[in-house]
Amino acid sequence: MQQLPVLQVVIPLLGALLCALVRRPLAAWLVATVVSWTVPVIAVVLLHEALVDGVVSYHLGGWDPSLGIEYRVDVVNGLILVIVSVIAAVIAPFARQSVAAELAPERVAWFYTMYLLSLAGMLGITITGDAFNAFVFLEISSLSSYALIALGRDRRALVAAYQYLILGTIGATFYVIGVGLLYVMTGTLNLGLMAERVVAVETTRPVIAALAFITVGISLKLALFPLHVWLPNAYAYAPSTATVFLAATSTKVAIYLLTRFLFFVFGARFVFGEMPVTPIFVAFSIAAIFVAATVAVFQSDAKRLLAYSSVAQIGYITLGLALATTTGLTGGFVHIIAHALTKAALFMALGAIMFRAGTVAIDDLGGIGRTMPLTVAALTVAGLSLIGIPGTIGFVSKWYLVVASFEAGWWWLAFLIVASSLITLVYVGRVVEAAWFREPTAVALAAREAPAAMLIPIWLLAGATIYLGLDAGRAAGIAGKVAATLLGGPQ
Amino acid sequence: MSGLVGDLVAHFNQWITVFLMVSGLFIVIARGNMIKKLVGLSLFQTSVYLLYIAPGKILGGTAPIISPRFSVYSNPLPHVLILTAIVVGVATLALGLALVVRINEAYGTIEEDEIFEQDSGR
Repeated sequence: MQQLPVLQVVIPLLGALLCALVRRPLAAWLVATVVSWTVPVIAVVLLHEALVDGVVSYHLGGWDPSLGIEYRVDVVNGLILVIVSVIAAVIAPFARQSVAAELAPERVAWFYTMYLLSLAGMLGITITGDAFNAFVFLEISSLSSYALIALGRDRRALVAAYQYLILGTIGATFYVIGVGLLYVMTGTLNLGLMAERVVAVETTRPVIAALAFITVGISLKLALFPLHVWLPNAYAYAPSTATVFLAATSTKVAIYLLTRFLFFVFGARFVFGEMPVTPIFVAFSIAAIFVAATVAVFQSDAKRLLAYSSVAQIGYITLGLALATTTGLTGGFVHIIAHALTKAALFMALGAIMFRAGTVAIDDLGGIGRTMPLTVAALTVAGLSLIGIPGTIGFVSKWYLVVASFEAGWWWLAFLIVASSLITLVYVGRVVEAAWFREPTAVALAAREAPAAMLIPIWLLAGATIYLGLDAGRAAGIAGKVAATLLGGPQ
Repeated sequence: MSGLVGDLVAHFNQWITVFLMVSGLFIVIARGNMIKKLVGLSLFQTSVYLLYIAPGKILGGTAPIISPRFSVYSNPLPHVLILTAIVVGVATLALGLALVVRINEAYGTIEEDEIFEQDSGR
């Protein structure tokens, strides 16, 4: 039990190695499934311990945190661990047929290797309490996700992966520059010790530069508008399973890392009180919500449409962070849960359509609701959550964001949040309208309902968006605890 | 004037770091050739190695091997960190070059504008 924090990362890491060794598609999938079903169990236990005890601290190799690496789980990263690992667990059964259909057989095992490496990297970023260790895990997850994207069928996947590599590396390097400056000023890489020592030197130029480098670097990784240019192509051309996984988890993990630095290391008082971070983030978040959503409306490829929608949805989360109030952060973290579930369900539904129809161009999908009613119904339910219809989890997060805007005295912000839902309605409506109400195309008539191994994961997620929407206190309760922890400062 | 020169000399390692950093980033942004972009990216990453290594040196300090004859040691941690960062840099460069090879096979060019032209023409 004491070794659980390190097992959280080591199990997927060894699983990746095993996948590379077995080489056979089915065996590799089995390894990936076993790993994906193990990690959420560990994550839930860790989150439970964090809720009971406050903080779970694990000293790697028995070294004291001031010298060695510490793994540290509190409510904040415990929640993110659960989100990432649960999404991975739900993807596993979906992946087998989708990956087999989209990739050449000799590449399937490599796909699962990269998938598990990426998972290990993301869990590592989340669990670690060491700034440089987080960089190493950031690069593990990034490098493997570049490879995942490059496995896409279209040759444009290669260019998308290359562009992501360039921008992702710049982002990670910015982060490591910032960490270097903080290390020079505080003499430690442990996030907790850094938070204690940075207070004394927070007005110095290197610390302010570090804040800027870290914020911009991680914003590149989380695709905050206008640093999002790598995202739409990467999501659009990656294999379906990779898109589901990356869209649901990778940006959330980056947002977590940013939150950790802004609220925990630098502290909310310094970042939001003395530095002009709030207006900058609010401006970019609003721009993301409106510009990216408007671009999404005009996409002809459903996968690309949802990719732009991701950029817009990230805007809501960063908006919640920027408000830096309990309600705002609660809204932001509920939206992290909401977006992870909703986007995973949407991209999975598109993956199922890709599996049966071989295309996700909106014009080809006309009337596909008649041949794949269950898949399209799940797509519609998740779409409603994306818009934020009452009764879905998307409504809960937006409700908190609107309330937080009023609390801050920014009624115009509340108006903009509500208005932006209308744009979401338009682009979700385009897909849903085509799928249900148009005359069936030849492609749609040739399609059949998705297999059960795909339908069950899709409906699990779509059902979860409804369940957490009706039982609104569940997600909001834990997000509220996260907000309280973040605003309570270190310890 | 002598103050400025003194400043430059005293912090020459920082100036080199910043020069490498900015020129690397400039090459990434300004060049359309995918190999040259990767060269710039490597330069940019390398500058960070210097940023970490330089403050690890303590004036009058010796190699961090405990000995009764010395009392001042250089900080070994930055070297270890940068060893890791170098590995990350190598992996990034290798993956980037591998992607460029595949892009060259798929498009017959590694110039970004020509690739975008081919894609928009379809």
